Amino acid sequence: MEATPDFSLSCPIPIDDYPHVLLAHGGGGTLMHQLIERMFLPAFRNPFLEARHDGAVLAPDGVRLAFTTDAYVVRPLCFPGGDIGSLAVNGTVNDLAMCGARPLYLSAAFILEEGLAMETLWRIVQSMRRAADAAGVQLVTGDTKVVDRGKGDGIFITTAGIGLISHHLTIAPASVRPGDAILLSGDIGRHGIAIMAVREGLEFEARIESDCAPLADLVGSLLRAGLEVHCLRDLTRGGLASALNEIAGAAHLGVSIDEGSIPVREDVRGACEILGFDPLYVANEGRFVCILPTGDAERALRIMRADPLGAGACLIGRVTEDASGLVTMRSRIGVSRVLDMLSGEQLPRIC
Amino acid sequence: MKFIDEYRDAGAARRYAEAIARATTRPWTIMEVCGGQTHAIIKFGVDDLLPPALTLVHGPGCPVCVTPVEMLDKAIEIASRPEVIFCSFGDMLRVPGSSRDLLAVKATGGDVRIVYSPLDAVKIARAHPDRQVVFFAVGFETTAPANALAVVQAGRQGLANFSVLVSHVLVPPAMEAILASPGNRVQGFLAAGHVCTVMGTAEYEPIAKRYRVPIVVTGFEPVDILQGLYLCVRQLEEGRAEVENQYARSVRREGNPAAVQLIRRVFRVCPRKWRGIGEIPQSGLTLAEEYAAFDAEHRFGVADRTTEESPDCRSGLVLQGVMKPPECPAFGTRCTPEHPLGATMVSSEGACAAYYRYRRSAQPHEPLPATEP
Repeated sequence: MEATPDFSLSCPIPIDDYPHVLLAHGGGGTLMHQLIERMFLPAFRNPFLEARHDGAVLAPDGVRLAFTTDAYVVRPLCFPGGDIGSLAVNGTVNDLAMCGARPLYLSAAFILEEGLAMETLWRIVQSMRRAADAAGVQLVTGDTKVVDRGKGDGIFITTAGIGLISHHLTIAPASVRPGDAILLSGDIGRHGIAIMAVREGLEFEARIESDCAPLADLVGSLLRAGLEVHCLRDLTRGGLASALNEIAGAAHLGVSIDEGSIPVREDVRGACEILGFDPLYVANEGRFVCILPTGDAERALRIMRADPLGAGACLIGRVTEDASGLVTMRSRIGVSRVLDMLSGEQLPRIC
Repeated sequence: MKFIDEYRDAGAARRYAEAIARATTRPWTIMEVCGGQTHAIIKFGVDDLLPPALTLVHGPGCPVCVTPVEMLDKAIEIASRPEVIFCSFGDMLRVPGSSRDLLAVKATGGDVRIVYSPLDAVKIARAHPDRQVVFFAVGFETTAPANALAVVQAGRQGLANFSVLVSHVLVPPAMEAILASPGNRVQGFLAAGHVCTVMGTAEYEPIAKRYRVPIVVTGFEPVDILQGLYLCVRQLEEGRAEVENQYARSVRREGNPAAVQLIRRVFRVCPRKWRGIGEIPQSGLTLAEEYAAFDAEHRFGVADRTTEESPDCRSGLVLQGVMKPPECPAFGTRCTPEHPLGATMVSSEGACAAYYRYRRSAQPHEPLPATEP
């Protein structure tokens, strides 16, 4: 594990670059990573956090459990292909799946804003129930708070989840090896663009729906087939580019991908061109990368493609020996370049 | 995607690169004017395909990068006022003023909003009659028509609570300033395709003639840029200095007359400071007399503010094509996208940011083995 710079002896606040929290600190880019690396990790340091994975893998009394939590803030609350309720269930289910666990139990905490329509809340609760049923998890405990009007955005939901790990693999960046194949489960960018389209009133010929979906069954199929999965990561905020940078950085290895092999739907590409966004950084809620030995790649692709959620699965690149932790990409015209992590969220360009 | 895919085709790119290599017999230095072109060149690695004799320098055509610090300080001062809703295109928010940026204003309680169109700011003004709504009207000739339209609409609707902070800049005077400077090394230009879509190409003809430089109006995809470079190299090799149009699928010689008319009605030409470069005469647009009431500088009493720029930032040399970003001592150390000293490190079109994102020690790339589709 890389030693983080020692600042705590002399500096009472480890992040002095910004005296206030910016939105970019939650954008999934380098500023958020600084917050985690300099403030949260040193304060709570332990081996589980140090694994820098989507969830912690615990083994009380020899039973291997995955444990994770996630907070959901999204505007609008309902969007094509999902809503904050299905997102709050699927997001946490997927974090457990990325630990190689079968999701079992969830908790949910609701922060409601005074004045929220009861009808809206009911719709979201029903959507959570359907998502939980579909993912085979039970919501077993919860909490409710209400804040003054204007102090929340309708509803914030925090879920935590526990899942059971019934294999002996260590699925984490530390297991990644040079030469491993990098598989992507399908086209990218739909969730982020679906949200943007509603938020900004953009209209396209066909409605773009979020890819929000539970991935635990698909991951379960890969593991039951006995494939030697080294690392799994769902592509949420920050998109594919940020996920690969996180893995490469944590594994101290290089990642090399081919732009031409990454599927992006035509309408999503069009929307990205209009907004000046790069689909590689746009959020997803039902896509993941699977890193495993090249010898297992073909079989893994066949299994993924047999599931509707992985029908567009493909090989996008390889892990390399490069210890710098850089992600490089061969552009469409055949030239290699660095694929960096963004500082914060993508900002729409002027022209 | 039509009009995109055929211009990102690896085979076509290679063929043009080979044609450029065959046509190039001497060293040439060509400037791509527009930041969008710079971004595409670095993102797709277009310059890696060029013969060593051909040098590309990155021009001043990024609106975010050339907006002067004092204009940002004015924006920050206005946006900090409690009665103001400050509307801006997204990428202006991270550009550092002399002490902070607009995102920091937002974090400390300022009402700063990203809009996609200046007309959205007009809508906000109509919806909030009790607030002052200010739109940050920056950009080249490309964004000027929509910004002009917003002012006209606000005037028609009698919106007394709407104003614009104008920092518009014009391309041809900047090209002339570069050509006239004693250290100039630019021998040919790729002109900015979208600016010419609005303004047409006629105003470049006297420049090509006076300074004996080829000017090729060029698009923004890799194959566009390679095609533009090929035309430019051929002119240089043959001793011609003409205005040529590579981007004919968008640009006509007369431009977009309705848009030009709208610009002329709402704005007038004025001297303008460029960040890192200084004042260039007749290089900007400001509100015409008829629309002066919509001028945020006067409404909020910030017209006479001036700010000195950071001496550490060499973005002026980068913007004039004299220095490449990695040659700057602050590049990647004291100046990063998280902590930019100058705007060229902020915008995705800024040359420094483009180099930082795509060019730090890229490893040679092995092609992927074939897999089943």
